[in-house]
Amino acid sequence: MTAANLQAGNPQLIATDEERTLFTIPGGVHPPENKQQSLNSPIVAAPLPGKVILPLSQHIGAPSLPIVRVGDHVLTGQLIAEGDGYVSLPVHASVSGTIVAIEEHPLPHASGLSDLCIIIESDGKDASIPMQERPDYRNQSAKSLLDIIREAGIAGMGGAGFPAAVKLNPRAGCSIEHLIINGTECEPYITADDILMQERAQDIVAGVELLSKILGEPKDVVIGIEDNKPEAIATMRETVKNTPIQVAVFPTKYPSGGEKQLIQILTGKEVPSGELPSSIGVVVQNVATAYACYRAVRYGEPFISRITTVVGEALAEQRNVEVRLGTPLSDLLTFNRVNEKKLSRLIMGGPMMGFALHSAEVPVVKTTNCLIAPTKKEMPPSPPALACIRCGLCAEACPASLLPQQLYWYARSEDHEKLESHHLFDCIECGACSFVCPSNIPLVQYYRSAKGKIKQQEIEKEKADRSRQRFEFRQERIARAEAEKEAKRKARQQAALEAKQKLAEAKAAAEQHSEATQQANSDDAITNALAKTQTKTTDPKEQQAKLERAVQSAEGRLQKASARLVESQQHTPDKNDKFAAQVKQAEVRLTDAKKKLNDFLTSTNFSTNTSGTSSTQTQEAQNEADKDKERLRLEKAINSAMNSIEKTQARLAEADDEKREKFEKQLNAAQERLQKAETKLAEFMNQLETTAAQEKLQTLQPATVDAQPEPDTPMDAASAAIARAQAKASARASMSEEEKLKEQIDGLTKRLSKAEEKLAAAIEEGSDKQEALSLGVEKLKIKLQQAQQQLEDA
Amino acid sequence: MALIKQSSPHTRGQTDTTKIMQTVILATIPGILTLTYFFGIGTFINLILASAFCLIIEASVLKVRRRPVGFFLKDYSALVTAVLLGVALPPYCPWWIIFIGSLFAIGIAKQLYGGLGYNPFNPAMVGYVVLLISFPVEMTRWPAPTSILTDSQSLPGLTDALSLVFGFASPVLLDGYTGATPLDAFKQNTGLMADNLYASQAIFREAHFAGAGWEWVNVAFLLGGLFLLYRKVFTWHAPIAMLASLGFCALIFYDGGSNTSGASPLLHWFSGATMLGAFFIITDPVSSAVSNKGRLIYGGCIGIIIYVIRQWGNYPDAVAFAVLLMNFAAPFIDYYTLPRTYGHTQSRRATDKIDTSQRR
Repeated sequence: MTAANLQAGNPQLIATDEERTLFTIPGGVHPPENKQQSLNSPIVAAPLPGKVILPLSQHIGAPSLPIVRVGDHVLTGQLIAEGDGYVSLPVHASVSGTIVAIEEHPLPHASGLSDLCIIIESDGKDASIPMQERPDYRNQSAKSLLDIIREAGIAGMGGAGFPAAVKLNPRAGCSIEHLIINGTECEPYITADDILMQERAQDIVAGVELLSKILGEPKDVVIGIEDNKPEAIATMRETVKNTPIQVAVFPTKYPSGGEKQLIQILTGKEVPSGELPSSIGVVVQNVATAYACYRAVRYGEPFISRITTVVGEALAEQRNVEVRLGTPLSDLLTFNRVNEKKLSRLIMGGPMMGFALHSAEVPVVKTTNCLIAPTKKEMPPSPPALACIRCGLCAEACPASLLPQQLYWYARSEDHEKLESHHLFDCIECGACSFVCPSNIPLVQYYRSAKGKIKQQEIEKEKADRSRQRFEFRQERIARAEAEKEAKRKARQQAALEAKQKLAEAKAAAEQHSEATQQANSDDAITNALAKTQTKTTDPKEQQAKLERAVQSAEGRLQKASARLVESQQHTPDKNDKFAAQVKQAEVRLTDAKKKLNDFLTSTNFSTNTSGTSSTQTQEAQNEADKDKERLRLEKAINSAMNSIEKTQARLAEADDEKREKFEKQLNAAQERLQKAETKLAEFMNQLETTAAQEKLQTLQPATVDAQPEPDTPMDAASAAIARAQAKASARASMSEEEKLKEQIDGLTKRLSKAEEKLAAAIEEGSDKQEALSLGVEKLKIKLQQAQQQLEDA
Repeated sequence: MALIKQSSPHTRGQTDTTKIMQTVILATIPGILTLTYFFGIGTFINLILASAFCLIIEASVLKVRRRPVGFFLKDYSALVTAVLLGVALPPYCPWWIIFIGSLFAIGIAKQLYGGLGYNPFNPAMVGYVVLLISFPVEMTRWPAPTSILTDSQSLPGLTDALSLVFGFASPVLLDGYTGATPLDAFKQNTGLMADNLYASQAIFREAHFAGAGWEWVNVAFLLGGLFLLYRKVFTWHAPIAMLASLGFCALIFYDGGSNTSGASPLLHWFSGATMLGAFFIITDPVSSAVSNKGRLIYGGCIGIIIYVIRQWGNYPDAVAFAVLLMNFAAPFIDYYTLPRTYGHTQSRRATDKIDTSQRR
């Protein structure tokens, strides 16, 4: 490890500039450089702004999360927004003062887009937080240094603003051989890096050494500078003496400073399409980023100011300004004495890749390396586009060896397939093609728009694919469920068939038995029957258990529902009275159902227990099966109704007023369903009573009698029960509206009295359900009144 | 403060289409002067008439198509077509020949396909080929270069020229100046050894290295072409490929001068429309291949076709046919000659299916 070398400043002159082989890039253009006008004066500090606007998204990656509130007082350098995840960065207050707003504010963006910004009104004191100096930073581990850089909020300062710490921490498996420091600054007009290299070379070189240490001392550390910056080159060469760092100088040509192009010039390697430079062992950082990293690590300075070239003929002063992030551009223009009458446009970035701003009321951000305020004469509006004659000048100028004329052709015809086969996505939007186009065609704009369209289409396609997948899964699931159902049905069929066979066998056996031992071998018969009955009774027992479980779970659900109700009442007490009452009703109904089920259970138990004869067994088996099915079905219906009531209530609790009505309707429907299910269950119970009666009747018959039941001898009680049940059922069916109402009233009265009882009990116990219960009672009373009213009306 | 909102770049270079067109016209001047020197005033009359017809036709079609007439006329592209057509037509040809040529060049080959930038075929060559096929007599009536005129012959003066062009002259006048072109003379040779042929024909006898007059015309166009290369109006690929393949073919089939031999490479290079074609016709960017590799193939194939037709076809010269044939093939060439883009290990064909999932 060469960290020790670095510490000791061990001279390790690997190669001089002359020894380095430089490569050339295809294409490129030579726009007028226009660099001199901003290099006439040294870096000037801009005055402290009255307010700063700090966007939460000044970098590539997730926007930062604000941790301050409006009204908070903050100090210069104080953390005001945290990074959200790995590819994100924090934001620091660039002045001391009061947070006056956290709101949408126009960003420096080509579209004039607005986004969340923290706005600080300066108190003019510029009181700073204590900065943590680290004279011994060389002893720190790479990881802790990376953390410092991340926490300082440093984004790549040359272009897109990728978090520096992320770039300095390449994926495992990428061994970094080249650290390239980009001092190219190939865009016309911009001199921010140039002047930084001239004035602060020491800190830059210290920063480069720092970055090199973080990356594990790559064998090649090189600062690339175009040959149009002789002073910067001389200063840097002087400063890197006695370090392993090289300074490589190459001819000026736009866009040599593009990351991919610089890599090609200095290493001869190309970054594979769609990959990051780290995949070929290269990390590129801007000189200003290296400087900022050093300041952050050594002096604990967070990223709150930067050097920006402010240039253009509409300004009286053209120079490089050290400006606080968040300073409104209008302040910067005023500071450089802008002549607003002459100002024709405002460009952030260079003239080749920068974007035109919609207004000067946007802030300086982490990536603002240049602000151009040209006159109309300096940058005239582009003349109308002529036809493309496919002259190929664009292809000659393209540094990525694309065919811009063909891309243009396909972009116009929206032939996305052809665009991709012509590598549209390898276009770096450098603008060289538009620059040379003799027909003034805004080629880059076509490419940007085509890229946007293709990406949009891809997103849509992905969405469609996902929903198609979902649909297919669903189909599959349904098919599986169907198959399972089918299997179950088959199994049941099989079981029924077996039962039938058994039945037949039993019959045959019984007949044989009766034929063979006609004369009262009753003992045998009775023991047989008893044995069989015992085996049979196991079934009802199981069913009983099931039933109990069902009731238990229903109770549980109801409890949950009421608990939820109580909860919701606490939060929105005024909204939920109605719905509380409905829960109560449901509760009452459940207990009713439970009771009825118990009744049923006793009756079935009774019937099974009492039917101790072989003659009834056969029938009983069938009856049992039918009954079970029916009861289960009804139970299910009740359960589902309960469920839907519960769900609706839950939703009701969450819903706002508008949706309440809808949910109430649903709730009512569900309750109706429950009522119907209960009615059916009641009917079914009646039938059961009838059967029970019949079975009672059968017990009266002697055990040795023939298997066929003969309903002629004493059975008054049973037949009476049958008659009663049948009457009840038919009465229900033929009930008039009035009668129904009456019955409803009866039911309601009963429920009311029950509810009142419960309420009383609750009051006695001091239960917390008291309130809910009283509400329920009131609700029932109202309902009862309504029903009575209806009856009267009828 | 009304700020201009415009997408990058905010600065632009000095080249523009109009200037390119003007440069091309400028570069034809040596050729035109040489033609005039050897063949008289006829070339000028051709140029003036062709320019007038082309501009009028262009303007009227633009009018019919409801396009801004002045805006498009100012791009000089119609004038370039007119100049190329004018120098390609035989001097003193009737005015209606020029008119029909202009009509097909501008009206049909250019504007009907959508105007500048959309024409798949070189307009001047379409006009030329239509004329050559329809009016072979008028189209093959080239004057003899002034240096080999016999005593009884002389180039027409301005009055004679005008009467020839506008159809008042007697046919007798025609014989007073026409003669076979070097390629004609070579093609019509039956049985003579090359040396004998050269000795018997004035057009070769008076020549320095190819054919009298024509060699200098070609040198002049070559100079104009080199000027355009220097001005980076086009790349070297297509012209050099065409000249190379033409020379290569000629070299293969040149046996030193037997009676079945083809013409020498020098004769091929400096006869007919070779240099005009190489630097002014096949370099038309609109109808040629787009990539440098594609242009090499495009130019090379044109050279081969020129040789094949000159040697074994029915026409003495073949630049126009070769160019039109390769115009057909240009889109096809484009599909298979995409340059290798930065970050890709090899170039792709435009017909390849793209796997978008591999992109970030």
